[in-house]
Amino acid sequence: MYLWLFRQLPGPLWLKILLSVVILAGALVVLDQFVFPWMAEVTHLTDATVGQS
Amino acid sequence: MTKVLNRRATVARETKRTRRRRSLLAVQVVGELLITLGVIAVLFVAWQLWWTNVEADAAQGAAVKQFVQEHQAPAPNDPAATAPGDTKGAPAVPVGKVPGHGQAIGVIYIPRFGADYSRPIIEGTSQDVLDTLGLGRYAGTAMPGAMGNFAVAGHRQTHGAVLDNIHTLVPGDKIYVQTADGFYTYVFRNQEIVLPDRTDVLAPVPTQPGAEPQQRILTMTSCNPRFGAQERIIAYSIFDSWQPLSAGPPAPIAKQLAALQGKG
Repeated sequence: MYLWLFRQLPGPLWLKILLSVVILAGALVVLDQFVFPWMAEVTHLTDATVGQS
Repeated sequence: MTKVLNRRATVARETKRTRRRRSLLAVQVVGELLITLGVIAVLFVAWQLWWTNVEADAAQGAAVKQFVQEHQAPAPNDPAATAPGDTKGAPAVPVGKVPGHGQAIGVIYIPRFGADYSRPIIEGTSQDVLDTLGLGRYAGTAMPGAMGNFAVAGHRQTHGAVLDNIHTLVPGDKIYVQTADGFYTYVFRNQEIVLPDRTDVLAPVPTQPGAEPQQRILTMTSCNPRFGAQERIIAYSIFDSWQPLSAGPPAPIAKQLAALQGKG
């Protein structure tokens, strides 16, 4: 799947590699900003208050 | 006749081959998705146990520095330096106004947690406060220095690990709270481990709801065990003394404060 996606990227090899890095960095930002905070809220692994869990 | 049979055999062989290729492709896609999920799970653990500390430490360190520098002792010839009551023996303990949600109340210093341990105390215990800003004061509990229970919550792990060492407190340990008014000194008394629904630890007299408070108490709550949240660890401290900003910080944290003020 990832190989197929890589082949769909336009341009020569160096551009494909550059684009992959940019896309991966974007995915990390989305995870850090939205996905992980949401996961932390749902899992309740780090609650420190009483009566609010 | 044999030609037709041969062709039929080839067609059958080909459909078998494409079918096998298709199922192999499906297995590959599912496998890659599972690997992706695994990588995301590992990244989540790293994010929670490491990255949230990096972010929170930076934000809280900056907040402490800002508060300390905005609340320096007035110069000796400043009229505010000689507060009324200073001359009449023991001054009354001032109680600050309740700030808005997410606003700073002050800074807490706990030498037992390290010579440079200081964290902001912020109004409110919602996730946005506790995750980045520091210790959060339970709304509705007392303010520092007030009769009753001044209760705060902080993370044990992750998001700065504010109260990571709460279990290492020894009875008699000093805990200093600096507000806009001055320095409040509390002395650690004891701790207990309770279930998460025990809100009575926040009562004016902890665990005795309805009782009339006779003491000024500082209560800190965090999760227990470390890296878990099945229980809560509660640490109680008793108010000991107060001194105005003009009197300077208590000796044990003077050096640390000077460093924060950029004098050290």
